[in-house]
This record gives sequence, structure tokens and C-alpha cells, in this order.
Amino acid sequence: MSFSRRQFVKGGVTAFTFGFAAPQAICDIAFAQGSAARNLVVVYLSGGNDSLSTIVPYLDPNYTVRRPTIAIPAANVLQIGTDSSGVALGLHPRLTGLKSIFDAGRLAVIQRTGYANQSRSHFTGFDIWGTASVTNTSGTGWLGRYLDGQTMPVDPLIAWNTQRETPRPLMARLVGVPAITSPATYAFSSPNTGVEATYERTAQTRISSHIPVDRPHLAFVNSQTQAAMNTLDRVATVATYRPANTYPNNGFGQALTAVAGAMNKQIGTKVFWVQTGGFDTHATQGVNQGSYFNLMASLNDGLKAFYDDLSAQGMLSNTLVLVYSEFGRRITENGSQGTDHGAGANMMVLGGGVRGGIFGTAPNLNTDPANPTLENSAGDVKYETDFRSVYAKILDNWLGSNSVSVLGGDYRTGAPNIL
Amino acid sequence: MLEHILRRMGFGASPADLASWAGVSIDTVIDRLLNYESASTDHDSKIGNPAYVGITTSSGNPFSPNTLINDARQRWLFRMIHSQRPLEEKMALFWHNHFATAYSKLAGAVGQERATRLMDNDPNSLPGSPAGQIQVLREFATGSFPGMLMAMAKHPAMVYWLDSQLNTRTRPQENFGREIMELFSLGIGHYTEADVYAAARVFTGYNWQVAGDRNDAQSSYYTFLYRAADHDTNAKTFTFAIYPNGGKTIPARAAAAGEQDSLDLILALARHPATAQRLATKLYKFFVNETSEPDAALVTAMAQSYLGNNYNIKAVLRTLFNSSQFRNPANFFQRYSWPLEFTVRSIKEMGFSGLSVNTALTPLSNMGQHMYEPPDVNGWELGPGWISTSSMLTRMNFAATLAANQRFNLARDAQPYRASPDRVLQYMLARFPNIGFTSTATSAMTDYLRSTAWTGTDAQLQARVPGLARLIVGSGEYQFN
Repeated sequence: MSFSRRQFVKGGVTAFTFGFAAPQAICDIAFAQGSAARNLVVVYLSGGNDSLSTIVPYLDPNYTVRRPTIAIPAANVLQIGTDSSGVALGLHPRLTGLKSIFDAGRLAVIQRTGYANQSRSHFTGFDIWGTASVTNTSGTGWLGRYLDGQTMPVDPLIAWNTQRETPRPLMARLVGVPAITSPATYAFSSPNTGVEATYERTAQTRISSHIPVDRPHLAFVNSQTQAAMNTLDRVATVATYRPANTYPNNGFGQALTAVAGAMNKQIGTKVFWVQTGGFDTHATQGVNQGSYFNLMASLNDGLKAFYDDLSAQGMLSNTLVLVYSEFGRRITENGSQGTDHGAGANMMVLGGGVRGGIFGTAPNLNTDPANPTLENSAGDVKYETDFRSVYAKILDNWLGSNSVSVLGGDYRTGAPNIL
Repeated sequence: MLEHILRRMGFGASPADLASWAGVSIDTVIDRLLNYESASTDHDSKIGNPAYVGITTSSGNPFSPNTLINDARQRWLFRMIHSQRPLEEKMALFWHNHFATAYSKLAGAVGQERATRLMDNDPNSLPGSPAGQIQVLREFATGSFPGMLMAMAKHPAMVYWLDSQLNTRTRPQENFGREIMELFSLGIGHYTEADVYAAARVFTGYNWQVAGDRNDAQSSYYTFLYRAADHDTNAKTFTFAIYPNGGKTIPARAAAAGEQDSLDLILALARHPATAQRLATKLYKFFVNETSEPDAALVTAMAQSYLGNNYNIKAVLRTLFNSSQFRNPANFFQRYSWPLEFTVRSIKEMGFSGLSVNTALTPLSNMGQHMYEPPDVNGWELGPGWISTSSMLTRMNFAATLAANQRFNLARDAQPYRASPDRVLQYMLARFPNIGFTSTATSAMTDYLRSTAWTGTDAQLQARVPGLARLIVGSGEYQFN
């Protein structure tokens, strides 16, 4: 049921003994992996994003019929053209920044992604997307397996989780991903100051450098402390980063500022995990204001600030942002002006190397139970593109990895041509 | 041994706690900690007394633990530190994780005052107001498991947390029906999707309502409401036995009698062997050892105690605490301390005069255990899940905060040993007892004390003793319970 890192500790302790190199070697590795390396920034919309409100098939007559109080009016959407099936699409009116990125050809929207017999559970859904497996949802994550495949010893900052808890996709067998919620508070404090504090830090570093093979759990804890001690100074440089433009003053904006700072300070991180929540909109989604409007405001303003920041720094071409959620939502609104858990959903990819545009086809929202674009008696959107084909594209064509070994199968067929 | 018992059945011991148990046999210690019903409940009356840990109220407000969540957090921490019934708080925390309900969803719906009451209201604070969820868990802490399941199902905090108020005859909603089987009792693998649909229908009609002076957030509260018109009166058939005679079908009943459905189902879930096994395993990992596979014989004995004693939790705990495994030194420090265990233990061991528990709230959240805010209905990710680079930094930094706060007390206590750094280290390792440091750790600590020539002056003690305390509490070894 619930995943535990316990089993990794058991099998992974020998990895910890060689996985953490001496500080000097780590700097060399960071340098070798280099500022020119490409980054992947994963943005997870927690709670199940209502895709049909993000990318709206605004001329589908059933859209307004099935969503009498929460449909985005056709007049308000930000039109982005039609997909290959001829359905006219518009972005949520609050996504003005994403619209400009789309117009610049740097935003790809992929419609109807998912998998067969999609889970409507937050936990199972998140784990399926995280492990890239519908059968073994308690194993390592797809990003974790990518990290495990890097040449050892890996730099402890090869990946950066902006959340407190390690999410399933970053669960690895050999690599412990640091959780750095804020570079400014990722610091070592002492009851003393000056040289007395330095003595204490020296002793702490020595104590935590001991990785006793006969005590695997103590070894695990010490390895985490050691990774923290070894990365403090480099993370501290990130805290000094001051972007030229303004990010929204919320958790999402702060996390993206840290990511841009890490890129700016060239600390060599290849995978970033960023999360923004509140998408479980069972009630009062609203139209021109309200909870969904606010979610879109946060998403738009954060991503646009990040995009502009990287553009100004000339780092856009090294960066790929993947946006996804654990499921889409029911097509028909519920009794409380919200939407319940559904199935197929959109993914978005943006960045300097992205081939922008609309990929995949929109669902037809008519309620005929035989409607092939829907499932669950036409209640939910049926997937068209396996989400793992998008992962495969990113692994193969962006990160230079081998998607077949990372994903445990060949999902290249049908991958949208976003890169 | 005594320290081990007090860490596991409570949250550790201050030097004064240890002194108060001196000379008492271990059997008696365990017996008194387990049978705490006659122990004093006057802990809250000591809040504000300078002999105890302090609290901090928000600007100008009186301490309001029933209506302000931050104050509720401080009250609970105060109880963990000072309660004369530590096992009651320990079990309340265990059940908080088991029936994981988060304040923020409730506050979003009903505002902070009423949501705080839903989480941990003291019923004596406002006539008519029911006990908050955690207070109910304290009352059932070592009592009847089916009684607790029923109380949770009907608690308005749980009703809203798992959407029972949306679960009606015409629009059944599976959230609670699924979780009561998956997370609260049987566990995955012991029920089918058809059972989920049936369980959802069992609980149709469960709802909540506001009571008291409803226009005043301070003096209103939520209570359980059974709305008979929303109840599905048809028969419900399960794949497992609902009745002792093996019957699997809850019969059709009039809506007015519909609450009997949930009683029937909950009793069936409570008496199911899978529930016995799952609870026994969970309690074993919480109290004995989570770093290796559970001892099958003890888990079986605990499950038998549960099934043979009317599903009573104290019977399970008695079997557990009286076992040789519980007292086996091989099982000492074989659990990862939860952030609350780490925090309270370090406060008790380091000292708390002049300390406010408010200081611990943000660090607790950064360690991954925001009180009354489990991440989801699954509860917290336990064991190694507590440990990451940032959580270790937070644990070390909290140790630094405590050491700085207790600088002069720590230095004064070490004065008799100032003749040599070795004696100071010996004293400090006795003060934070029996941790089982590796020799690498102790030699690094000795070298730390000798970072510059040892003088043993007050000034040196005031720098190095708190520094050493921080190294001890921030060590890898100290993160285990």
C-alpha cells in the first residue's frame, strides 16, 4: 500500500558508502556535468487538474450543456487554434502568459493523455504516473530510475526536490534526492558563532561521515546528514540569487525562483521537482473568479516569470518544463459547482527546445455511451496518448537517456513530436 | 531499560522524571504507565506555571487552545512533555496517524475557530460542544477498537474530511466507505470494489450540522447529524461475513433505523482477523521494532489478545508490553523517531526552563510533522520516510536552538566535571543516556571539546557544552527511538 524507503535502505547501504564522494570530488563532478547540461523541471499540479477548464473546447455544444455553471464562456477563452480533428481550443482566460509562450512556439499542449482503466484515486493515480507502471505502483519512480542510471558517484545535487517529502517519481534505489524547500533556510546553525561554530561544524561533518556498514539505518541517516553538510555551501549561493523580474509571492513562485537560482549559479542540477496544489476542485470552481481562476493565476504567473527569467539569462534553451496532474476530472459538473475525479487529462511541455503547438485530439463531449473519445458511460475523458510516451520522448530526446530501460518497456510509439 | 520504557510508552524522560522512577521495578513502571486511569489529569492547569515549559500566545490574545490551532498545537506539546499519562498522548498520536485527518480542509470549510474545535476541542470549554477528534482518540486510546471506529465514523471532523456529507442515497460517494476498509481496518487485499460500493451505501445519510450560536465562530460548533431521508434502505451484501453466523447481507431497514447498518458493518470490520493482524503489526512496529521484520509469534499473540478480549486495545498492549521482545535490548533504538518524539524527548533531556513550545512548531513542520496536518488520509510516511537532507538540517538546527536556549543551565550542570574534557563528555553522555554512539562519534566529540586548549573556564563551558549537546541531539544515533 503505502510506499516505504525502508526496503531501499536495506539494499542500498553499500551504495551509500560509495555514493557520496569527498567534497572536492563532488565539485569536480558538478563541474564536469556542467552548466551546459540540460535541465528538466517537473511541475506537478496536485489534486487532479480539471483539464477541460485549462484547455477549453469552447465550441463543443456539450461543453456548456454539461457544465452549466462552470463552463468558460467562448468569448473569454484565449484562442489557440484548432487541433488535428478540427476542434477549436482556447486557453483559460487567466493563462495570458502561457498564451504568449504558445504564440512564441515554445509551449506544447498534449491532449487526452493517460492510460487504460485509469485510476480515480489520488494516491494510486499519483503513484502510477510516478512509477510509470500500472501494475507495480510501489517501486521506484521514473525520474529516480533515470538518476540511478547516471555514472556513480553522482553529485548529491543532481536532483532537487522543492518539497519536504520525496515524491514517488524521485524515489531512487541509489540516489538520495535532497529536499530543499528554501535555499535560505537550508543552512546549518549552531548555539555558537564565529570560530566556535566552525569547530562544531567540523565535528558534525566528521560524525556524519561515518557510514557504518553493520548499522544500515544509522548509515542511512548519516548519509543524509552528510549530503546536507556537503551541499550547504553551494545551496547557500542559490539563496543569494536575485531575479531581475518579479515572481509571484507564493510557494510556487518561491520554488521556481530557487530553481532559476540553481541554474544561474550553475550547481549542476539536472532534475527539479516543483509542486503546486489545490486542484481537487470538488466545489465552487467558479468562472471569472473563484478557486479555479486563482489556480490558473498562480500557475500562469509562476511559469511566465520563470520563462521570462530564463529567457533574460539565456538559459531557456537548456530548460524543459513538464506540467502534469494525476488525473483529469469528470466532464459533467457535480451538484456543488465543482467536478469529481475523472480520467484522461492534458500535459503541457514548455521550454526553449520545445516544438510548440497542439498535440493529440480533444474529446467529443456528447453523452453517447459509445462515444470513442470518452469512457465510463461518457462520464470521463478517455486517454488517447499514453503518458509514458511523453516521458519516453523527454528521456530519449532531451535527457539523452534510454527510455526503454528507464520505463521498463518501449513507449516510443505514438509519442507526440514535441522535441 | 527505564529510559527505553519511557521513550516507547511516552516521549522520553527529563532528569527529574528519571529520579521520580528511581527504585521502582520495571514491571511496576510498565503497569503504572499502561493503567494510567488513576493518574492525574491536571496537566493543563500547569500551563503558564514557570516551572514548566512555556507557551506563547498570539499578540494580545488569551491562550485559546480550543479555537486557535496554533494554541491547540502548543497544548498538545505541553501534554506530551508534562502529562502524568504519557501513554495516553502517545496512543493519541498513534491514532492521529491512523485516522489521519487534516485541519486545513476543515478550516477551509468552517473557519479556524470551529475547525480547531473539530480537531481537539475540550468539551468542558463550551457547553454542548463535543470533544474534538483527537480528544475522542484520547478517550478511546486503549479502549474498544469498534467503539473508536464508530466514534470516528460519526465524528463531524471525519464526516467532512472524507465527504460523508456528500454521500447520499441518490448519489453515493465512496470516499469514507473505501478508507474505513483500506486504511482504518482490514487493509488492501481483504475487500473488493463491490464491498466499497456496499460500504458507501451503508454510510449514506451521515452528515454534520452547526450548533450553538451559529453566527458566532467562537461559540458555535459542529455535531454529527444522521439524515434519514438520505439513507439507502436497501439490503447491502458483502464478500465477507457481517454477522457471527456468517451472513454477508445487511438486511433492508427503514431509514429511521438506518444507523444500525453502520454498526453492523463496523463490528464486522473490527472482528475480522485481517484487522486484528493489521493492528497488531502496526502496534508492534510502533512500540517494538520497525527496522526488521516483525516477530511473527508476538504479532500473533497480540492479534489473539485482541480477538479474545472484545477487540480491546489495552489487552493488545498488555501482551506487547509484557513480552520479552519489548524489553529486549536488541530492540532498543530500532525505530526512527517521529519528529514529535524527537522534539519532545530533546526538550525533556536538554531542559525547558524559559523555553516556549511555540519555538518547536515551525521546526516540526519542517521536519515533516505538522501537527493536526497529516499529508493525506494515509498518514505520515514513517520510518526512513522522516529522514531527508532538509529534515536532518531542521533536526540539527532545532537542537541548536534548544542548546542556545539552555546555554547557562547546561554549562552550570557541567561545572563539577570541568577538570577535563573527558569528564565533561562522560557527564553529557550520561545525561543523554545509553544512545550507543559509535567510537567515531565519541572521538569526534572529544576532539571537538579539545578544539582549542582545554581551560574549563565558565566561558569555555558556555560555548562547548551547548555545542556538545547540539552534536549529541543532532547525531544520527539520536534520531532513533
